[in-house]
Amino acid sequence: MIRYLLARLLTFLPTFLGVTLISFAFIRVLPGDPIIVMAGERGMTEERYAELYRQFGFDQPLVVQFWTYLTGVLQGDLGTSYVTKRPVWDEFFALFPATLELSLCAIIFAIAVGLPAGVIAAVNRGKFFDRALMSTALVGYSMPIFWWALLLIIIFSGNLGWTPVSGRIDLLYYFPQVTGFMLIDSALSGQNGAFASAVRHLILPTIVLGTIPLAVIARQTRSAMLEVLSEDYIRTARAKGLSPLRVNGLHALRNAMIPVITVIGLSVGTLLAGAILTETIFSWPGIGKWMVDSIFRRDYPVVQGGLLLIASMVMIVNLTVDILYGFINPKIRARK
Amino acid sequence: MKLRNLMATAGVLALVGTGAAMAQTLVYCSEGSPEGFDPALYTAGTTFDASSHPVYNRLMEFETGTTNVVPGLAESVEVSEDGLEYTFKLREGVKFHANDSFTPTRDFNADDVIFTFERQWKADNPYNQVSGGTWEYFNGMSMPDLIKSIEKVDDTTVKFVLNRPEAPFIANMAMDFASIQSKEYADAMLEAGTPEMLNQKPVGTGPFTFVAYQKDAVIRYAKNPDYWKEGLPKVDNLVFAITPDASVRYQKLKAGECHVMPYPNPADVQAMKDDPEINVLQQEGLNVGYLAYNSQMPPFDNPKVRKALNMAIDKQAIIDVVFQGSGQIAKNPIPPTMWSYNEAVEDDAYDPEAAKAMLAEEGVTDLSMKVWAMPVQRPYNPNARRMAELIQADFAEIGVGVEIVSYEWGEYLERSSAVDRDGAVLLGWTGDNGDPDNFLAVLLGCDGVGGSNRAQWCHQPFEDVIQKAKVTADVAERTALYEEAQVIFKDQAPWATIAHSVVFMPVRPEVEGYKVHPLGGHIFTEVGLAE
Repeated sequence: MIRYLLARLLTFLPTFLGVTLISFAFIRVLPGDPIIVMAGERGMTEERYAELYRQFGFDQPLVVQFWTYLTGVLQGDLGTSYVTKRPVWDEFFALFPATLELSLCAIIFAIAVGLPAGVIAAVNRGKFFDRALMSTALVGYSMPIFWWALLLIIIFSGNLGWTPVSGRIDLLYYFPQVTGFMLIDSALSGQNGAFASAVRHLILPTIVLGTIPLAVIARQTRSAMLEVLSEDYIRTARAKGLSPLRVNGLHALRNAMIPVITVIGLSVGTLLAGAILTETIFSWPGIGKWMVDSIFRRDYPVVQGGLLLIASMVMIVNLTVDILYGFINPKIRARK
Repeated sequence: MKLRNLMATAGVLALVGTGAAMAQTLVYCSEGSPEGFDPALYTAGTTFDASSHPVYNRLMEFETGTTNVVPGLAESVEVSEDGLEYTFKLREGVKFHANDSFTPTRDFNADDVIFTFERQWKADNPYNQVSGGTWEYFNGMSMPDLIKSIEKVDDTTVKFVLNRPEAPFIANMAMDFASIQSKEYADAMLEAGTPEMLNQKPVGTGPFTFVAYQKDAVIRYAKNPDYWKEGLPKVDNLVFAITPDASVRYQKLKAGECHVMPYPNPADVQAMKDDPEINVLQQEGLNVGYLAYNSQMPPFDNPKVRKALNMAIDKQAIIDVVFQGSGQIAKNPIPPTMWSYNEAVEDDAYDPEAAKAMLAEEGVTDLSMKVWAMPVQRPYNPNARRMAELIQADFAEIGVGVEIVSYEWGEYLERSSAVDRDGAVLLGWTGDNGDPDNFLAVLLGCDGVGGSNRAQWCHQPFEDVIQKAKVTADVAERTALYEEAQVIFKDQAPWATIAHSVVFMPVRPEVEGYKVHPLGGHIFTEVGLAE
């Protein structure tokens, strides 16, 4: 198992370097000059432009700029935002807990609903429940996030008044951020009703962000279960007289989990993409909107630093998934 | 959380704490996050809303709801005969805010004024490079060329000496970049090794003290109990709930989660007006959207050709389709809310037949041209692509072929500035300081050719008039000169003036005293809440 872990960790390094290069190159390939975007309709004199060009280090050859960036990254310095003039690292960690909290809730919601739904659909293959569930999943998968979010807000917040429209907690509550996770901070604050308020604010964004992963997990679980359920050992288990719960829940589901875990791992990318829209609509102070705004403003340090950090997160999740494979399926770790 | 609950609970807290009457909290659903809290570092209105308006004051101020310049931290100003010396007499007894790392030991004085400008101006000032200072507005308003020296006459008197007379200087002193910083706070932060705190935990003399900012989520302010203007601000707490999506802001306003929201979707405005729970305030924006011909390239170097094209544009259709009613036809290059706006100027009538005949008269046949459509939305042009398509259809009627082109925003700004640019450019401008010079000289003066003057238009009679106005102190005389400039402009037609936006501000009925500010800021100093 340790050799397996080391082998996985070693593949991490070149990927990290590659991502550093790509994130550096990506924003520079886009047309548009951050200094001109900064000046806007007003424009600026050539001397002023030249001065800023030097100040931002654009007069250096690209290789030198990349080297400066890379050595900075390796020392934990991701640069300073052109716009807010604050270190990228500080900005990222001020916003990331919000995205992580929302993404975790969304994925837990997606697994908690999607997994049992997929199992039930597989067990009831071809019956009404199966068809209804799979059609709903297809609709969920195809739904534009923007439209879905606004629909839920108008119904549940606007008309019924059950949930708040947006934000992370009622403005009434004001306490220092300890962890950045609103559920934890509100519980720690000791303020009456703060935790409940944080939960209520999470409901709609969680549903919106979790919808696509839910649909994917439900469909993947169903097809993986169907494949496993047709295996000989399942027939044997049934023939032995084991209860359906034991056959489906223990013998079948465990073996159906490998592709499902893969899908859950891959959903992290989907979640981050979905977070951009979800965060914008629900005024959720996370990294999705921060990145998009920075791309439009050609804020190079934020875009490259943000991309690098997000890619690193995805890589860590995938590494964790790989390690989980090893735990679930001894054949995989033996093969390595 | 409904506002009444919030107010009730906040009120309970206030009663417990002070035994005073119920504390009032005004919630503003702002459209975006501030870039920081030091206004001199930035150029975005969203940043000024969160920094210069609530936290700071300037020597001169714009009277809320107008472009009139009135005394602020300066009680009075004297201008020398030659227009080169501006002597500001400072207000006494004005207190700076305190925060957890700073308590002021003295009142506002001349040192603060000098520090405010020198940090933007002099490279050897320790704050010149702090927070990557590029001082865009200070440089953009040509202050380094303009200011010769800033002298402290005594503790309450500061004299600015200029290199040349410049009448708009007074208005510049009311702009956001001129927000007065505390030198004492700056020195303390420098000593503590945290000079960037000026941009993160702002200390000013303004109506509200900064309490906390959670990035992209919420900004909190509290009433400045020592504010120098008697009886202001009217509310005890001010909260900015950052809500980037306009539809969501509308839902929050309806649900009572905020009192005031900016920038509604034009499509929602009618429903808002019909809603008894929402009052919609409105005013013309201090901006102009235009189509600038390249007056140095034939056939657009002929004013009659430009005039003919202007007559072919159906502006009312543009207002209806592109602005969906949230705009008004522009006939002058400055908006009607600005002083010296020339009402007497007559717009070119929409008359395709006459336009066609005029082109033929000038020997222009089979003309084909480019029309540039901006890739971004602006209040003065919410949908440039659609506007370009309408102009394309209008020009087709008089036999002029149009190819619509567009570029990424940075590219667009850069390429459209080129003197040899091909075609006519859709662009616009939002005023900075309420002075006509800020439109006419920046956008149409000879200095702007190859830069902000997208028509590449340098017309000596016009230039003479605006240069004369710039060095004239007397407002009546300046007004007459700018009115004359607008007549020359209309006659020469370097642009087709298309529209001024109309700004809508939906507020809840309990909001009292909110004024739409023509310079675009959202200001809450004089806003109260009905019980």
